[in-house]
Amino acid sequence: MTTHFNEMYLNGEVRSPYARLEDWTRSMPAELRIQKQAEAEALFRRIGITFAVYGEGGDPDRLIPFDMFPRVFTASEWARLERGIKQRARALNAFLVDVYGRGEIVRAGRIPAALVYQNEAYEKTVVGFIPPKGVYSHIVGVDIVRTGPNDFFVLEDNCRTPSGVSYMLESREMMMRMFPDLFRENRIEPVDRYHELLRRTLNSVAPVKCDREPTVVILTPGHYNSAYYEHSFLADLMGVELVEGADLFVDGAFVYMRTTEGPKRVDVIYRRLDDAFIDPLCYRPDSMLGVPGLMDVYRSGGVSICSAPGAGVADDKAVYTYVPEMVRFYLGEEPILNNVPTWQCGKADDLKYVLEHLAELVVKEVHGSGGYGMLVGPKCTKAEVEAFRLKIVADPGNYIAQPTLALSATPTFVEEGIAPRHVDLRPYCLVGERIELVPGGLTRVALKEGSLVVNSSQGGGVKDTWVLAE
Amino acid sequence: MLLLIDHVTRYRYGHPVRGVVQSHRLTPSRFDGQQVVEWNVTVSGGTPGGAFRDGAGDWVQGWTIKGPVDEIEVRVQGKVSTTDLAGVLRGHRESTPPLAYLRQTPATSLTPELLDLATRATEADGSLALAHALALAVSQAVAYRPGSTNAKTTAAEALAQGEGVCQDHAQVLCTIARARGMPARYVSGYLLADAEGQAHEAAHAWAELHLEGLGWVGFDPANECCPDDRYVRLGSGLDAQEAAPIRGSARTVGEERLDVTVAVLATQQ
Repeated sequence: MTTHFNEMYLNGEVRSPYARLEDWTRSMPAELRIQKQAEAEALFRRIGITFAVYGEGGDPDRLIPFDMFPRVFTASEWARLERGIKQRARALNAFLVDVYGRGEIVRAGRIPAALVYQNEAYEKTVVGFIPPKGVYSHIVGVDIVRTGPNDFFVLEDNCRTPSGVSYMLESREMMMRMFPDLFRENRIEPVDRYHELLRRTLNSVAPVKCDREPTVVILTPGHYNSAYYEHSFLADLMGVELVEGADLFVDGAFVYMRTTEGPKRVDVIYRRLDDAFIDPLCYRPDSMLGVPGLMDVYRSGGVSICSAPGAGVADDKAVYTYVPEMVRFYLGEEPILNNVPTWQCGKADDLKYVLEHLAELVVKEVHGSGGYGMLVGPKCTKAEVEAFRLKIVADPGNYIAQPTLALSATPTFVEEGIAPRHVDLRPYCLVGERIELVPGGLTRVALKEGSLVVNSSQGGGVKDTWVLAE
Repeated sequence: MLLLIDHVTRYRYGHPVRGVVQSHRLTPSRFDGQQVVEWNVTVSGGTPGGAFRDGAGDWVQGWTIKGPVDEIEVRVQGKVSTTDLAGVLRGHRESTPPLAYLRQTPATSLTPELLDLATRATEADGSLALAHALALAVSQAVAYRPGSTNAKTTAAEALAQGEGVCQDHAQVLCTIARARGMPARYVSGYLLADAEGQAHEAAHAWAELHLEGLGWVGFDPANECCPDDRYVRLGSGLDAQEAAPIRGSARTVGEERLDVTVAVLATQQ
């Protein structure tokens, strides 16, 4: 394994953003740490923030482990990240409007037509439609990793319904409650405006036919969904209704919600439901989760859907390789944040390279998520690598490969005390009339020693993320 | 030719229903081969909802029926002037890229048998000759037999049993054309039956294949021809379900019965 960048220590010195945390940990006796950790877990369980894990069996209401050691960015580090993330969110939305419109980027030969139009996430049903304010992806979750003091890479974009923002907010809440002194000693940018900004973003994309203060709802698949907690949490914070498909209905050219005072017209739906399920008259006819007729109302300007159906074509892992190209093509700028070099197994030359270097690479499914169906070459046995090789050869177009990055590590509380563990970062960029980003995000940490997989479904935990004020 | 259409779809429910929602593709396409003279759609007890022209050029109109009702009647009456363009969809305004019609759906998923049917034709990929050969292969592999299949029959099932109706012919053709790399779509519409009763099924369906230089061209394996001035085109999709003239939902536990009558007549200009 190559050496990784430790965000707290550089050449034996404590890096400035972590200076005060060093005193904090030094002065904390082991018993206090254990007691606080237990307190944190009890609090998380009491508020009910849990995360069901798909496909692993066990306790469906397992807690995501919370690590009390914060992850810290300086103001200038964040300023650059913020510019890079916003730039990316603008480019991704410009791409979506384009590929459902004239397809200039394809005509210009900057991205292969087949990659876009034959993509299973490309939605024929919204061709020719420009959503309010030209926004398809209203919440862009950009997964970022760090490999050095000034080296940040985007691992992937999440343009549909990125989850996890509740952990960002709850982690902060938790830290402030348990360690109020830390927040007096450090000047930490607040993240608690997120729900106001989200509400403002959703309001700003009300449909053309809405001539009053928009009514916003969150549409959830229901309490069996692993992110249900987050859906209800965000609805509470924003003061909007949390609804399921059966609570909404179409009448004439509008969508209404059933309430105790009779039907109430709905203008903006923040849906946490995949495209395939939102309208059985347009997509999967067997879906019981959606609202029959919703898409006809949407396309005729009677309601807004966030994210817009079809947004998924921008966050496909094969399309990802072209995001820097989108930045140049639509914005005429150079990308501030780099992509991780990526080989597309669908290309013959790339495939050859990948098969020759499989043991060194990370290989992912194009449409995969949650850390499933991936190979981390250096961490796998020979037999596992060979088994994966067969899967790639059988369907090369379904895989991309990336070098195994030396992800940065931050100090983390472990059984033996404090030890470095690898982390990534997911900030949540809001796109409406304006583009907004709260200073912070969700830091995920791979709690197993040496592990590079930070997904909560694969044993990852979360940390509070600090951005220090200037 | 001037075609008169009278199309009635009647839903009868065992128990009264409320809150029925429908999405219609029941308006003739705009292209050089047909021109609407008169067109009227009524839905008993219905309120018209959102309407728009989609990326494929189809006019989509939503309807809601508040209820409670135990019967809904959708009636389409109209007059369309048609011209024979030998199947070519000339002058049709649409913006969906043809490449988006290469994907298969559950109803058109490719099996070894369908692939075999696709590759038996030896004509060059992308050619008009190949399109004709594939359409002919479908006519020969699936015999016309009313009642032999239902609305949910897939292309693979229709081929396996070797018989079906226009819906099956169109879906099989879409499947094998896509297997040969040719964008293909399912088209729904109306067809004038001739005096000998040769052309069957007044509520009709066929397929369109996309050809370099010609654009979208219709092929009707059920009648072994390309659509001409006896055809009225309504809308398209990747399969029968997507292209359905009426997609509807009723939250009902009871029985639903469906009667459809279609009359297409030719009249003097």
